[in-house]
Order: sequence, then C-alpha cells, then structure tokens
Amino acid sequence: MNMKKTLVAVSLVLGAVAMAAAQGGQVLLNAAGATFPYPIYSKWFDVYHTAHPNVQINYQSIGSGGGIRQLQAGTVDFGASDGPMSDDQLAQSKFKILHFPTVLGADVPSYNISGVSGELNFTQKALAGIFLGSITKWNDPEIAKANPGVNLPSTDIVVVHRSDGSGTTYIWTDFLSKVSDDWKNKVGKAGTSVNWPVGLGAKGNEGVSGLVKQTPNSIGYIELVYAAQNGITFGKVQNAAGKFIKADLASVTAAAAGAAKDIPADFRVSITNAPGATAYPVSSFTWLLIPAQIQEAAKRDAIKDFLKWMLTEGQKYNEGLTYAQLPKAVVEKELKAISLIQ
Amino acid sequence: MSSATTTMTHDVPPRWGLRAFIDKLRSGDEVAHLITLIAASVILLITCLLVLELWRTSYLSRTKFGWMFFWTKVWDANFDNFGAAPFIYGTLVTSAVALVIAVPLGLASAIFLSELAPRRLSDVVSFLIDLLAAVPSVIYGLLGIFIVVPLMRTTIGPALKSVLGFTPLFSGPNYGVGFLTAGIVLAIMVVPFIISVSREVLLTVPREQREAALALGATRWESTWKVVVPWARTGIMGSIFLALARALGETMAVTMVIGNNPKISASLFAPGYTIASVIANEFTEATGDLYLSSLIELGLVLFLMTFILNGMARLLILATERGGGRPA
Repeated sequence: MNMKKTLVAVSLVLGAVAMAAAQGGQVLLNAAGATFPYPIYSKWFDVYHTAHPNVQINYQSIGSGGGIRQLQAGTVDFGASDGPMSDDQLAQSKFKILHFPTVLGADVPSYNISGVSGELNFTQKALAGIFLGSITKWNDPEIAKANPGVNLPSTDIVVVHRSDGSGTTYIWTDFLSKVSDDWKNKVGKAGTSVNWPVGLGAKGNEGVSGLVKQTPNSIGYIELVYAAQNGITFGKVQNAAGKFIKADLASVTAAAAGAAKDIPADFRVSITNAPGATAYPVSSFTWLLIPAQIQEAAKRDAIKDFLKWMLTEGQKYNEGLTYAQLPKAVVEKELKAISLIQ
Repeated sequence: MSSATTTMTHDVPPRWGLRAFIDKLRSGDEVAHLITLIAASVILLITCLLVLELWRTSYLSRTKFGWMFFWTKVWDANFDNFGAAPFIYGTLVTSAVALVIAVPLGLASAIFLSELAPRRLSDVVSFLIDLLAAVPSVIYGLLGIFIVVPLMRTTIGPALKSVLGFTPLFSGPNYGVGFLTAGIVLAIMVVPFIISVSREVLLTVPREQREAALALGATRWESTWKVVVPWARTGIMGSIFLALARALGETMAVTMVIGNNPKISASLFAPGYTIASVIANEFTEATGDLYLSSLIELGLVLFLMTFILNGMARLLILATERGGGRPA
C-alpha cells in the first residue's frame, strides 16, 4: 500500500512539473564552439538561466572549428567561433549565418630571458622576424633598439607556439600577416594552425607558458586572460600608431573602438593592428554564430532576448573574468542587427 | 589451438531439422559456440567499419594527394597542402627509441621477477607494475614535462652530446623536448606491459625444463638464458608487440613532450611530431573539408602502419619458431 501511495505521489509531482514546464514554455538551446570565451559564456548562460528559469542554454566548448561544423550540420541551435567564418564557409552553408561579437580577447608575448626581468618592448618587425626565424638572437638590433638600457644576451631565441588549433593562434597569425609581408607570403593568412617556420609546439595556454617558463631564452604567445590570471609577465607590442602598448582591458577595448567606425554590417572584422594611439594591436572579437532564420518561435525569441541581455546586462560580468567589454558603438550596431533574426 | 575445437564439434553426428537444432542448443557446447562466434564477429565487424569509415571520410584527401600523401613533407592548412611523411617518421622514431630502451629493461626485470626473486617479492612487485600499466597517459605526460624534459635539457642531453655528439643522432640544439624525450616517456609507459606479460609467460615454463638444464651442469643463468627464455620466446615477442602497439598509438603523453614540429630531422634532440598527436591537436579546429579529410587519412595511415608492423611481428614469430623450434 505504502509503495502505491509513493508511486501516486511521485507521478503527481512529475505531472505537476511537466505541466509547469509546458506552461512556462521550457526552451532548451544547444550551442557549441570556441573554448576561449567559455568561462564568460558559462557565466552568462548561468546568470541568464537564473533570471529566466524557462530558458536553458547548454554550451559545449569543443573548439571553433567544431562549433562551425555542428552549426552547419544543424546539430546545435547556434555556434561560437574565435575567427569569423570565411566567405567560402558562408557560401557552403545551407542557411544564412549571422555573426555577433560578444567579448574581446588579446594575445600577449611572454618570454624567459636570462638576466632580463622587466617588460620588453617589441616592434612589429621584431615579432614577425622572431616568429619567421629571421631574427635568431636576443641582442638583434631590431629588439635592442626598442629596449634601450636593457642588457640583452647574445643567445639563440627559442620560439614556442601552440600545437593545438586555436583561436589564440588565429589572433597572433592575423596580426603577423597584417604587419609583415614576409609572413603573408611565406606562412599566409590568419589560421587556427599554420605551418610554423620555426619553433616548438605546446598544447594549450598552459603548455606554452609552461614551456616558456622552463626553456631559457624562449618566447611564446598566450591569451591575455590566461596571463593575467596567472600573474605572468609579458611584453608591450608596438601598435599602428607606433606606440608600445601593454595589453589590458582598456587598451583592448580601445582597439575595438578604433576599428568600430568601419565595422562592416556583418561584423566579420579583424581588429588586429587597429588605429588609435592607445589601441593594443593583437586584439580580436570572438563571435556567436546565429542562424538568420529560426523556425521555432520559442527558440527564436529566447535567442533574441539572450542576445539583447548579453549586449547590455551581460557585459557587466566581463571584467570580473578579465574579458574586455565591447565598445558602445559596436553594442548599438549589434542591438539593431538582432532584428535580422527571423 | 584450433584443431582442438574442431575435433570437439565433430563428436556429435550431424542431424538436421528444427528439432535437431533445438537439441543442439540444449547441449551447452553449441550455445557457447554461438556466443563466442558472435563475440568474435563483432570484433571483426568493428574493425571493418572503422577502416570503411576512415576510407570513406578521407575521400577528398585521397583523391587530391594520392600516393604523394606518404612522401610530402609539408603540413600547411593555410595553403591546403598536406603530407604525412614527418608524422610517419616521428611515429616510427619515437616508437623505436621506446622499444630500444624498454625491451632490455623490461625483459631483464621480468627474468629477475620470475627466476631470481623470492616469490612473495615477485608478486608484490608485479602487482605494482600492473598498477603502472593502468596509469592514464596524461599523468605520464606530466611526469615527462616536469621531470624528463628538464633532466634532458640539463643533464642527459649534454652528457649524450659530450660522448656521442659526433654522430648526427645526437647533434644540434637540445631544447629538452623532442624525439628522444618522447621515446623515453613512451619507454616508461610501455615497460610495464613487457614486464607483466613476459613474467607471466616465463612463469609458465615447466619446472622440468629448468631442472633438466641444471642436471646437465648448466649454471642458473645458463638455464635461464639458454632454456627458459627461448621456451617463452613467443610470449615475450607478444609482450613486445603489445608495447609497440601502445607506443604507436599514444597521443597525450607524446604531444606534451615531443615539441610538435612536423619536420624530419636526423637528430634525436630535434622536435618532431607523431600521427596520433597531430590528430589530437588539430582535429577540433580543422575547419576546411580537405584539412579534416587529411587528418582522417592520417588515421588511416596509422591503422595501416599498425597492420603492417603486426603482420611483420607474426612473420617474425613464425620464422623463429621454424628456425629454432621449441626445446620440447
């Protein structure tokens, strides 16, 4: 008898829950993609779910490539990518895909040189030369002239890069291909993994920073968020205006603001080497990839509402997690673009 | 082995019809036969599906590069040019280094544990060794990063260089990461397999074999090396090929210490790349269709390599059995 009562009780409760869910129009959204913005995305999806209990967003950080693939295959409701989709990819897609910038990221040069503890200045030529393998010694004039008073050793430079395909590499190679014709001819355009002329490959930000820490006279690039959270010293990079800029939230947002004036309607824009005296040159947007047409009304409304929230309320959570905020001009353009989702 | 099972099934005179079939099922033999047959076919089916799927999804890459895929030394996603040569080279070199270190070490330990050590000690140690075999590979990778890499840069590398630096194998800059480090970490990973399986095999050698050798005046070492080890030769070979298979396919630990640079260099200090590592590293972010297809073809190449090496192993075992024969 007892058993029966429990069963009845359980089924009543289950029924009530199911009805509540049906009434509230429970919306489950699946998304997949970039790993770099995962900490802020999971925070957003969590906070948004608390405020809107009927919307649950399930995000898998499987990498930008996987995100684009799953979106095109229709297995997720939206994707996320650290690099904008190429014209080819968009042309191949069966449906129209919109880009929405969400937060900003940046790469910084981290190094380990015996006898040098301060922040070094890197000219654009120096960084391109080091990663091309044409500058091989730390006391090369191209490095020395930007660092007067620093006693640079005559040792060989050991270059460390990412071995796994990543958005971090995309930003770094995007910058190098913009500032160096040699790089553009030899290595090519920005990519999540490229054919590196020199260097050792290490997996993940932790792999690169670990190898740099271990290997004397080495240099590698890591994400600003990772460097900031782990207290890693990094160098300043010369921007388009010729100034040496240290990466921080303000200088990264300045890079986006500098590029915002000419931002194209589809938001697929690179902001590396952006104009502006205070802009940090190795910065980038990261994007959500949203289908322009969403059949299910409930899902469409949920995505549109989330985007609106992310661009306004959501941006407040960025700095706590050391992600730079979007500049106002970009937010305004994006808010208008939400109406393109139908 | 197979001759025994066939004689068993022929004991029952063949009867036909449904009734006979049910009768057959009633006797446990037929049920066991059926179940084991299904199990064996499932394994075969999985292997076939795997190859088929790899073959199908690597279509783009196979048609574009053809046989050149095996010889091309470039791996460039930006210019859609892909070749497997540096990865095949890296996979073979690291596995070879691993075996060169692990086989003598593993075999010597197995001989000690089975022939010389007190039984109780032997059991405790082999329990620990079996535990080692179950350690996840990422742990070995961490061990590599924090211990082997610094040691290689500061101690082992310079020492090898001062003694053997004149050979191309040990020349060039030593970063701490590279073929040799990856080989050493792999050796540490596969040695438990060699010890564990070889010890079991050595323990199955009949006591009479040892006693006979000793009675003929052999020393303990002579009886071990000339009688016991040759008797267990097939099983020891098996343990080595199990180790080789693990070394060929190892992903995580290798990628953490090999330097991930697709270049073919004679020096063991140079950074390299293996097939399994590049697939693990680049698969998630491979956006282009040809790029993805080439990564999958690398998987097919690795399968082929394992297949060929296993086949060669079988031939080697056959040859040694025919040549020397078991001391029966």
